[in-house]
Amino acid sequence: MKAAESSFADRLLGRVRLSGLLSLAAPVVAILFAALITSIVLLATGAPPLDTLVIMGEYGVQPRSIVLTLNSATTFYLAAIAVAIGFRMNLFNIGVDGQYRLAALISAAVGGAVVLPGPLHTVLVILVAMLVGAGWASIAALLKVKRGVSEVISTIMLNAIATALGSWLLNKERLAVEVAGSNNIGTKPIAESGRVPGLALIPGTEAKVFGLLFLAIAVGVGYHVLLNRTRFGFDLRATGQSETAAVASGVNVKKMIVIAMLLSGAAAGLIGMPQLLGASYSYSLDFPTGLGFTGIAIALLGRNHPVGIAFGALLWAFLDTSSSILQLHEIAPELVAIMQGTIVLSVIVAYELVHRYQVVAGQRRVSKELASGTPPQGEGASA
Amino acid sequence: MTEERDTTAEMRVEQVERVPSKFRFTWRTLLLALGGLVLLLSFTRFVTGAVDLTSAGAINATVALAVPIGLAGLGGLWSERAGVVNIGLEGMMILGTWGGAWGAIQFGSPWAGVLVGLLGGAFGGLLHAVATVTFGVDHIISGVAINILGLGITQFLSKVTFAEMKGGGDTQSPPVPKLDPVSIPGIGEPLKSLESQHWFLLSDLAGILRGLTTNVSLVTVLAILLIPVTFYVLWRTAFGLRLRSCGERPVAAESLGVNVYTYKYVAVVVSGALAGLGGAFLSLVASSAYREGQTAGRGFIGLAAMIFGNWRPGGLAAGAGLFGYTDALQLRRGGESVHALLLLVAVLLAGVAVYQLVKQSRTQAAVFTAAGAVAVFALFALTDSIPAQFTSVTPHITTLLVLSLAAQRLRPPAADGVPYRKGQAK
Repeated sequence: MKAAESSFADRLLGRVRLSGLLSLAAPVVAILFAALITSIVLLATGAPPLDTLVIMGEYGVQPRSIVLTLNSATTFYLAAIAVAIGFRMNLFNIGVDGQYRLAALISAAVGGAVVLPGPLHTVLVILVAMLVGAGWASIAALLKVKRGVSEVISTIMLNAIATALGSWLLNKERLAVEVAGSNNIGTKPIAESGRVPGLALIPGTEAKVFGLLFLAIAVGVGYHVLLNRTRFGFDLRATGQSETAAVASGVNVKKMIVIAMLLSGAAAGLIGMPQLLGASYSYSLDFPTGLGFTGIAIALLGRNHPVGIAFGALLWAFLDTSSSILQLHEIAPELVAIMQGTIVLSVIVAYELVHRYQVVAGQRRVSKELASGTPPQGEGASA
Repeated sequence: MTEERDTTAEMRVEQVERVPSKFRFTWRTLLLALGGLVLLLSFTRFVTGAVDLTSAGAINATVALAVPIGLAGLGGLWSERAGVVNIGLEGMMILGTWGGAWGAIQFGSPWAGVLVGLLGGAFGGLLHAVATVTFGVDHIISGVAINILGLGITQFLSKVTFAEMKGGGDTQSPPVPKLDPVSIPGIGEPLKSLESQHWFLLSDLAGILRGLTTNVSLVTVLAILLIPVTFYVLWRTAFGLRLRSCGERPVAAESLGVNVYTYKYVAVVVSGALAGLGGAFLSLVASSAYREGQTAGRGFIGLAAMIFGNWRPGGLAAGAGLFGYTDALQLRRGGESVHALLLLVAVLLAGVAVYQLVKQSRTQAAVFTAAGAVAVFALFALTDSIPAQFTSVTPHITTLLVLSLAAQRLRPPAADGVPYRKGQAK
């Protein structure tokens, strides 16, 4: 049935598939719902909701804020891709957080210890980070395939262990030196040759966009190609959707689990790179934490789709950046955390509802076609 | 998730074939195991001189630290027995820490704080129930979202409430009204003098007894009572049978007239309330104020304790005790105490190796375990103390070790984590 033939009532009652438009509607509804909840919270604390949201929006589109948003979004995007690789195979890599912190620390130490010509230095740091991330993730992968330990629990435990290992390594007796001009300690700064210069993409501000923005884009493209254009990607998605079907078609599921976990860990290793090679040049105590959990949220928002995740990362970064203006108006910026949490929870509910609606709509469509005597197309005939 | 269960089921079958005599858990084995453990601890204390292994202080801290883990684990038990995986326990616990402190300050009574903390956790549980039961969202995804939301709400609320109070701040509440701990009268002093003799076994028993009977909070007593209560409700009443049937085979339960949605809702809300109680315990009893990040992942460790306990209250209590104990040791001369614990682990592993070799004739596994025992012993012999950074993760490493040894023998509820819709075919 063509969309042009359907009446509005048909669409309203779900006799037509609206898959493309509907799946776009879900996040929009979720964001509106989150704005509503935020407004209620604001009202309860005595602040004008609409004005507050407008203030946030206005601050968020200033040139400097846009640069900050792009920079955070780069990091968030990498985090979400790392999580999404696992998600596509029903693997919950909650350990992205520990993987990226350990990777950033060790690669920063390696980068600070050597001086290599130009791009080689940068490539070395990035490679070390990917290896460390994958290595830390491999513990959880091996525990799962060899001992049957759920990756959810093991990666959570490994996060805590990574924190301990990190604070043990980041000590003046081992990898750390004192940061000049403060009582903070960090790894030895990476020499000029290893740094990635920022780009002045946005006019009207001094602030520069991370050069590794392109790394994030490349990772996104690579993720898309790997999953949708290679046999490996097909196997991976098949295993995620139905393990029995995958086994029947000859997929070695245990091997797939290990490879997917290693890939996810390697991607997690990249998360710290834009910040490390583009801004701080050393891993110190104040390196951002908790990015792994942000990654989970954004991967959910973007439905594990490379473009969807990009939008999710931009939205998340926009909210983070624009929240800093709230302090000036004596509103707790943590308001944004409520907003983000509500968006995630309502978006997953909305996706589920859309999915159910589509199933029901499909059933109605087939039964209507059967009743009117026209043979249903495709799969319906075999029943 | 289902696939994983299938593989564990296969492995379990193999295990049964290999081990002909089935291990049965009775009161006798329990008492024997407890006695053996005390003997082993006493031996280790005697050899290494790490007095905190069995000191009253350490045991007291163990109980205090085991309670929030155990409550989170009980929360997990309630929800997973009804078939809902609850990884949002951490977020519900965070809500409980804030609720506990706020309620106690607002109403001037610690018991009001306990109640508000309980309600805060129950609110988180309700959210999880709406998402997973009504809307059929993936349980782990919903749980992660609740963790994010719980943290956000709590940070915001503490900024709105505590920051304006005297002695409070953005991330910290003012000191809360305290609950006085209770002791069994007339027992503390004699036990204390016996403990200070450092005799083999006798002093250790005295230390353990004194730790269990003096300076215990009433909330602790309540929490410990909740374990047998949970067992009774879930395993000895019709309500509990119905609730568990929703976690094993919801379709069958529905065909017998059980309203699966209602039972799942009740289970998940109770689960949240228990986690919230654990959170309130942290801010009211274990410390004297709400602080951001106070839970420090205890919700997750509680979940691990529940898995360790094979989805049973008794096992869960043992798991919580184990994690509480390792947590307590690291607080009390951590480097020395945890170092002494290495010897104990080495002895235990050696024992397991002998068991595998003699009773089960599993030579390869025995060699593997024995190698582990030797490695741990070497670590013990070659070092004097464990760096402070590592003692703090003793519970986490223990969790990983225990799960990697035991995960294949565990049996979760059959429909755990499987979304269910009313009227579905199978």
